[in-house]
Amino acid sequence: MATSVIGQTDIAAPAHAASKTGLWSWLTTVDHKRIGILYGASAFIFFLWGGIEALLIRIQLARPENNFLTPDQYNQLFTMHGTTMIFLAVMPLSAMYFNFFVPLQIGARDVVFPRLNAFSFWVFLLGGLFLNSSFLMGAAPNGGWFGYANLSSRQYSPGLNMDFWVLGLQILGIASLAAGVNFFVTILNMRAPGMKLMRMPMFTWATFITQLLVLLSFPVITVALFMLTFDRFVGTSFFSVAGGGDPMLWQHLFWVFGHPEVYILILPSFGIVSEILPVFSRKPLFGYAAMVFATAFIAFLGFGVWSHHMFSTGMGPLADSFFSLATMLIAIPTGVKIFNWIGTMAGGSLQFKTPMLFAIGFVAMFIFGGLSGVMHSSPPADLQQTDSYFVVAHFHYVLFGGSIFALTAGAYYWWPKMFGKMLNETLGKVHFWLMLLSFNITFFPMHLVGLNGQPRRTYWYPKGLGFDLLNLIETIGSLALAVSILVFGVNIIKTWLEDQPEPPADPWGGATLEWTIPSPPDEWNFAKVPQVIARDDVWEKKRLEGAAWTPEGRTDGKGIHLPNPSYWPLVCAIGLTLTFVGLMLSRGPVGPWGIVAGMSLTVLSIFKWAFEPAH
Amino acid sequence: MSAVAIHEVEHDEPVTGIHHRKLAIWTFIGSECLFFASLISVYLVYKGKSLTGPFPKDIFEIPLVTAGTAILLFSSFFVVLALDALRRNDQTKAKIWLGLTVLCGIFFAGMQVYEFQHFVHKGLTMQGNLFGASFYTLTGFHGTHVALGTLWLGTIFIQMLRGEMSPKNAINLETAALYWHFVDVVWIVIFPVVYLMN
Amino acid sequence: MALRLRASSARLTRWMPMVLLVLLAACGTAEQYPQSTLFPKGDFARMVDGVFRTTLLWATVVFVLVEGALLWVLFRYRGKPNDPLPKQTHGNTTAEIIWTIVPALILAFIAVPTIRTIFRTYEVPKGDALVVEVIGHQWWWEFRYPQYGLVTAGELHVPVGRTVSLRMNTQDVLHSFWVPQFAAKRDVFPNRNTTLWFKTEATGNYPGACAEFCGIQHARMKFRVRSDTPAEFDAFIGTLQASAGATAIPSPVATAAPGGMQTASAGGTVAEDSVAMPAAAPVDPIVAQGKTLFLKKGCIGCHSLDATKTMGMGPNLAGIGSRSYIVAGTLENTDANLALWVSKPQDVKQGALMNVPPISESEAKALVAYLRTHK
Repeated sequence: MATSVIGQTDIAAPAHAASKTGLWSWLTTVDHKRIGILYGASAFIFFLWGGIEALLIRIQLARPENNFLTPDQYNQLFTMHGTTMIFLAVMPLSAMYFNFFVPLQIGARDVVFPRLNAFSFWVFLLGGLFLNSSFLMGAAPNGGWFGYANLSSRQYSPGLNMDFWVLGLQILGIASLAAGVNFFVTILNMRAPGMKLMRMPMFTWATFITQLLVLLSFPVITVALFMLTFDRFVGTSFFSVAGGGDPMLWQHLFWVFGHPEVYILILPSFGIVSEILPVFSRKPLFGYAAMVFATAFIAFLGFGVWSHHMFSTGMGPLADSFFSLATMLIAIPTGVKIFNWIGTMAGGSLQFKTPMLFAIGFVAMFIFGGLSGVMHSSPPADLQQTDSYFVVAHFHYVLFGGSIFALTAGAYYWWPKMFGKMLNETLGKVHFWLMLLSFNITFFPMHLVGLNGQPRRTYWYPKGLGFDLLNLIETIGSLALAVSILVFGVNIIKTWLEDQPEPPADPWGGATLEWTIPSPPDEWNFAKVPQVIARDDVWEKKRLEGAAWTPEGRTDGKGIHLPNPSYWPLVCAIGLTLTFVGLMLSRGPVGPWGIVAGMSLTVLSIFKWAFEPAH
Repeated sequence: MSAVAIHEVEHDEPVTGIHHRKLAIWTFIGSECLFFASLISVYLVYKGKSLTGPFPKDIFEIPLVTAGTAILLFSSFFVVLALDALRRNDQTKAKIWLGLTVLCGIFFAGMQVYEFQHFVHKGLTMQGNLFGASFYTLTGFHGTHVALGTLWLGTIFIQMLRGEMSPKNAINLETAALYWHFVDVVWIVIFPVVYLMN
Repeated sequence: MALRLRASSARLTRWMPMVLLVLLAACGTAEQYPQSTLFPKGDFARMVDGVFRTTLLWATVVFVLVEGALLWVLFRYRGKPNDPLPKQTHGNTTAEIIWTIVPALILAFIAVPTIRTIFRTYEVPKGDALVVEVIGHQWWWEFRYPQYGLVTAGELHVPVGRTVSLRMNTQDVLHSFWVPQFAAKRDVFPNRNTTLWFKTEATGNYPGACAEFCGIQHARMKFRVRSDTPAEFDAFIGTLQASAGATAIPSPVATAAPGGMQTASAGGTVAEDSVAMPAAAPVDPIVAQGKTLFLKKGCIGCHSLDATKTMGMGPNLAGIGSRSYIVAGTLENTDANLALWVSKPQDVKQGALMNVPPISESEAKALVAYLRTHK
């Protein structure tokens, strides 16, 4: 077995003078593992906040003609619930796993641009804080998470609310684009010897294709947001009818981004489930090549279906037909994936540990959400379903029953590797069953109440339409859902506080490279760069070497050079955010100074970053 | 101490054979294609839809813009020569060609600023009509890219003057040059679509 | 029940109701769910419902099969930690081909009726259609009958059994006109018209809703569809036509001098002297007071009582006296509700673009009495 010690030079290894503990070490870290944890912690807090927003919504809707919330409060809450869950919860939770595990899975020591990686995190965090600071001013975005024109114009949304939205999303887009470049190049260029593309783990493939989607879709919303910003701040008429603009243009631009965005939300989850099911079925993924190509095909087709969000706008029969057929087409590779997951489990020896339970829950719920999606794909049927609670049910089945279940599965699966502790299995099972049950109690009735005529985004519904009982049930379900997440929280805290012996490198019998190193890994990941000989490399090596195979033990990392920590990514992120804060306030006297200060800080920090000495 | 700070992790050769920064700039360029495609699409969607003037034929000054276009095209040629000279460690030639590239960039940006001022003077504003809004947005973003590229190349030029550029770190110039070529290619699309097609 | 995979959906529709009966039994009856999409009472909705049921059928079939397969696999292959390593299969090309082609076929069974119905939904049936213009406003619906030169709001009257062809737009932001029982929904835009059509099959009073988030009171932007017998419809038109010229009834009480009227924002369509009186009966003093208040409090500035004219601001109130609902179809038209609405609109519908000067309880009563005369 060839070994090569990468990084050993004759020069004495630079002293890692920077401390490894304490706030400063976290603020200046460029270590992908720490950045992953930062993403995860921030995203989880945003997820809880988005959940509270949802609970407030559900309390208002528990009874007809309720007045727990004012209409304005409700509209802010539902807008921010969607925006938070999509941009500040699901995406960064996925990013936690991209960051921690993609370098490990490809046998690398870090991503290709570690400081850019840190930059992405700080921009995300500051963007999320910027967006939510709007609550402090009682002016959170209130135009829906897709901010349709011309409601989003200054004329019809005169307050600061939609200014926060349009600028906040722009900040978040920068973070995603930077990470897109980073991970795209990392996966292509940093794979260990022998790690051919068709030997990569499915999670890495999913990450790779997701980054491609980010790179190609985010620029479109960047342009749309600029246009809306100019309408609101400069007085252009891109979406203002009086000036000749067309609100439909917003819809097209938004959904050309928006549809790939939902694949950005789900593909990483597909990847996670494709990792977990084989391990806990104790056999390889069924149809690996088909899974890779199906994922790529879904991503490609995902750019051709956007107007299925616009079936009620009267685009004409040809456009409706085209987008309908394209949408139905996407169901085919999606179905292939589902069948391959079932095929993975068939013939296996299924171990129902918590990660596996959540992964199975994902498959079960995603089948349902996918099928309601197929029902939407037919424009005549969709003419009743769109903008009703039926579509709310659909996307919660795929985003919660899908993404959240998978991300939770990933948490239980990868927790020992990230934190050096095993989450409690009993609490995990309680979490799973309670979440599965309460999730369905909350969201299944929405199909019925939607078909029975309840529109979405309504703070109020009248008595006498038959919505009352089901809404009450949904609210009760959501409270139970909150309890299930509380159970998860208890599990996390209990695990954190208690003493546990360090878990083994490979507590589950994994197939991929992250299970060959200690839990948690040393800072340099691998003492020796892995030499990959097959897909599911670890299983292959176990098969060949039998009992002789062992994971790596801890080493001292002598001679391994790692990138230095740096505060310039954080400073640059601050400069960028300051620029946007200045823009936010640009109608007043302070704003322009903020813009100048922010831009100066940004430019300065870029130069400093570029010319930062290595030692 | 090497002039190139080591901030990337130690690694073997990039698996694709393409240097990390080069692959990164190509990736970024791919993304930017969608950015400019969206802007150009918006321009085309709103072409001919302005409710009031001024209209393109009222204000475009084709000779000036053509000169700017030629200068931008030449600048791409110059930066290729600069890169070639740097790779051969011909510091003098590299400085000349890169310096010329930067001058071209400054000229082009200057032409755009002059053009915008002139148009505003003639009544074309962002707020005035859809032509103004979509024209200024599209060419303004392009111009910003030119300005940033000029700044980037200018920084490398200064490094060159300080003797910090050599064949070993020519990759930095190559990366900037690729970006510069992209900015040029975008203009090659914008020029006919906006200025010539009427 | 054997599945016969034939492209024609005609056969399927025959036994579909049986399959779906169990599912939809839980969904109740039309009376329980007046705004439901599941009990179509118009041709457009029926057409759309047919496609829906096709997709529902196939979705159910696939769900039962796939979820069933999943559950069976979970049961059959449940393992213990010390089980021997199972056979390490990597795939099965035949299976993969089958489960690529079969879904494609099923999708074809959905696609064909879908495309057919798409084209049909865009074609207004030939014949003598009643043209209605629908105009969305924040947060109420305006309806115009161009053939009669009439405008009304809140309640759309249509004659049963006759095709209604809607030509729709909005004066401000995007809305969506959703009338589930008859015609599903269509968005409305400020810079172009969209269309919808339907023929009702039953008479009655049905709720509809705005289905595109349009601002603070999107939730209370409802409307009613009154499917009338021909006689009822003619009476409705007649009532609106009779309101022509009705702005102020000349009051026998001398205090109501024209000069005292508030017509500040009237925009010139208020007749200084009324022309026609709706009824020649002696005028109740409360009603007369209401009429004065209608002018003095500025109601006339936004609300016309003449169905042939519009103020261009608020809903036309010709016929308000007998509408089933007020406040954009969200409040029953009782005296108490109407009094509350005219005096304290912000308490009823916070954010509504209706602001009134202070109106006392007795003044409100008078206004209500006056409005009741406009049936």
